[in-house]
Amino acid sequence: MLQEAALTETKTETHPVTGADLLLRALEKENVEVIFGYPGGAVLPLYDKLYHSKILHVLPRHEQGGIHAAEGYARISGKPGVVIATSGPGATNIVTGLADAMMDSLPLIVFTGQVATGVIGSDAFQEADILGITTPITKYNYQVRSIEDIPRIIKEAFYIASTGRPGPVLIDIPKDIAAGVSDQPEEEKEVNLPGYQPTLKPNYLQIRKLTEAVSRSKKPVILAGAGVLHGRASKELKEYAEQQQVPVIHTLLGLGGFPADHPLFIGMAGMHGCYTANMGLTECDLLINIGARFDDRLTGNLQHFAPHATVAHIDIDPAEIGKNVPTSIPIVADAKEALEQLILQDGKPPAHKEWMETILRWQEEYPYFYDKESGRLKPQKVMEMLHSKTEGNAIVVTDVGQHQMWAAQYYRFNKADRWVTSGGLGTMGFGFPASIGAQLADPEACVLAICGDGGFQMSTQELAIIQEMNLPVKIIIFNNMALGMVRQWQEIFYESRFSHSKIPVQPSFVKLAEAYGIKGYVIQSEEEAEELLDEVLHNREPVLIDFRVDPDENVYPMIAPGKGLHEMAGVKP
Amino acid sequence: MKRVICLTVMNRPGVLNRITNLFSKRNFNIESISVGLSEHEGMSRITCVVHVEDSSASEQITKQLNKQIDVIKVTDITDQSIVARELALIKVQAVPYTRNEIYSLIEPFRASVIDVSKDSMTVQITGESDKVEAFIELIKPYGIKELARTGTTAFPRGTQRTSQQSKSYSIV
Ligand SMILES: Cc1ncc(C[n+]2csc(CCOP(=O)(O)OP(=O)(O)O)c2C)c(N)n1
Ligand SMILES: [Mg+2]
Repeated sequence: MLQEAALTETKTETHPVTGADLLLRALEKENVEVIFGYPGGAVLPLYDKLYHSKILHVLPRHEQGGIHAAEGYARISGKPGVVIATSGPGATNIVTGLADAMMDSLPLIVFTGQVATGVIGSDAFQEADILGITTPITKYNYQVRSIEDIPRIIKEAFYIASTGRPGPVLIDIPKDIAAGVSDQPEEEKEVNLPGYQPTLKPNYLQIRKLTEAVSRSKKPVILAGAGVLHGRASKELKEYAEQQQVPVIHTLLGLGGFPADHPLFIGMAGMHGCYTANMGLTECDLLINIGARFDDRLTGNLQHFAPHATVAHIDIDPAEIGKNVPTSIPIVADAKEALEQLILQDGKPPAHKEWMETILRWQEEYPYFYDKESGRLKPQKVMEMLHSKTEGNAIVVTDVGQHQMWAAQYYRFNKADRWVTSGGLGTMGFGFPASIGAQLADPEACVLAICGDGGFQMSTQELAIIQEMNLPVKIIIFNNMALGMVRQWQEIFYESRFSHSKIPVQPSFVKLAEAYGIKGYVIQSEEEAEELLDEVLHNREPVLIDFRVDPDENVYPMIAPGKGLHEMAGVKP
Repeated sequence: MKRVICLTVMNRPGVLNRITNLFSKRNFNIESISVGLSEHEGMSRITCVVHVEDSSASEQITKQLNKQIDVIKVTDITDQSIVARELALIKVQAVPYTRNEIYSLIEPFRASVIDVSKDSMTVQITGESDKVEAFIELIKPYGIKELARTGTTAFPRGTQRTSQQSKSYSIV
């Protein structure tokens, strides 16, 4: 024992503590399991220490893939995703991911290398003002100015990223700080951020006010957003909705917060939401928004949005309340805490029999629909098959476009945190790398990466991670030989002038997969699909399936820009 | 409408950049911004004058500012009884025969001449923006060679009047 202690003693003496050591120690303290990083000159001191680290390091083939993977990891695990990029081009390559995480409130800790402090500002090799570039797209950012600050900054960064409304935090580390030696002993400091104190507990009077409003209402609805998922409040949401018998509508990002098979579930609202959800929002007399930010893709034209409703809004971010929609019952709180308080009130449920009947009638009359007799492989049918063959238990990660909307419409989520999509920024190229992060967060899960033929080509290089780590991700390409969503808009709003939206000349996705040692298949018909899916969805191997879906299919219902939610097109065959 | 917003912020690198960045990101129209140390060590005071459409827009500004990690406190002090001051330096053309005239304008505004050269003089004026504005208008015909304004800095008065009468006193 004693001898061992003596040994470690001499060891620390001969290896003085560097900035990079402090950084890795801080990450271990935060129980970081995985880092998505890409090396380069400015982060070499850090990579030298990573050589001996126990933390899993995943090497994407492009930094953007790395940060999207970290986003997928964060969404599924609930823990901050950790990213490393070198200075200059490495740092600028992660800008899109930061903006995406900021929009969708995903916690990330992003380390960027920086040129040495002595040359900052001199346009040194691979210098970029990454603080200046990322200030509007991070929750907070730091540049480390002294080695001793590293433990405090990292502790603060994790706290800021993962509390309140989550978001990305960037830490820029000059090379000399990472390589430099600290002579001051590291001391544990409490987080002290006087300007950052998120409100978690709801105001009692507002809770009372909402409880009474529910009891009085004739046509209440709950609009549940991703705040319910970030707040881990789906159990409470279900309990509250059942107690008060209030029907629930989801935003795109909120899907899974409330079980899709529940009789009180209406569906998704918004530009491609279902008829009943959009009409529910238009006709309701009480709208209880829990953790949604009234994004324009959800509200449509604000002048026509929920015209008859008293609006209550529960949000952990006070700035979201009243930002787009005037709100008479503002509740600044964590979704879970607010719902717990509401449940405790045990208010009298509303007398809303007629309303529930109306909703049921709408649901029966206006379900999602597609042509089942066309003889073509319909993307909606593929989605339905994926849903039934995974029994609704898969983690579904999508890219951006038509396939994303079909996934949202046809994969019925009964559980929280099984859905990863880029909502706020709508980032093509997000889905495939995000699926890698999701799989790492939940290694046992069946992960479906639902991609368009366009978007997949924005991050194909990450097939290398799948190959290297043998991750059993199921890559599903909805191949319509087009930038389908753009093609749809051009068909509808630009008299079918398909300007640069058709991409009939394509690589062989199968051969591409094979180049990375991954099995690939082309599927042209339902029968083929049926057979193949049974075979590949339940094994633990990666696969790529190129579904040749109907290239002319459009997503409906659809609300044209500038129109209100009630002005949906394509609500019936 | 015009709003005066006072901020107390942590004196951290880049904090001013964060605030101005926020204004441009959120498309807020900013008229002036002034920054300096405050009574607390490690904290600065920022005074912003902004133009907004309505009260919900000014509420949104306050909330967005409050959300910044480095911002300790935000107050929209427009509707309070406040002391607000701005300083302007004006270099005006002054040939011997206009000099006396200019002096006669300076006096009622309690401005002062802080530099004189062969063909110009530099005037310093402090006061509320309206007063500075009025003085600049008066002096313009003589030919302004250079003008520098600090923007408004302000805080609430020690005692708050209960009624909010609009200003009936002269701006001078
Ligand atoms: C990075 C980026 N560039 C452009 C767009 C605009 N955009 C939205 S959907 C879309 C088409 C996507 O095509 P594909 O990936 O094939 O999906 P599909 O709509 O065909 O299902 C485009 C170009 C975007 N969202 N993101
Ligand atoms: Mg496509």
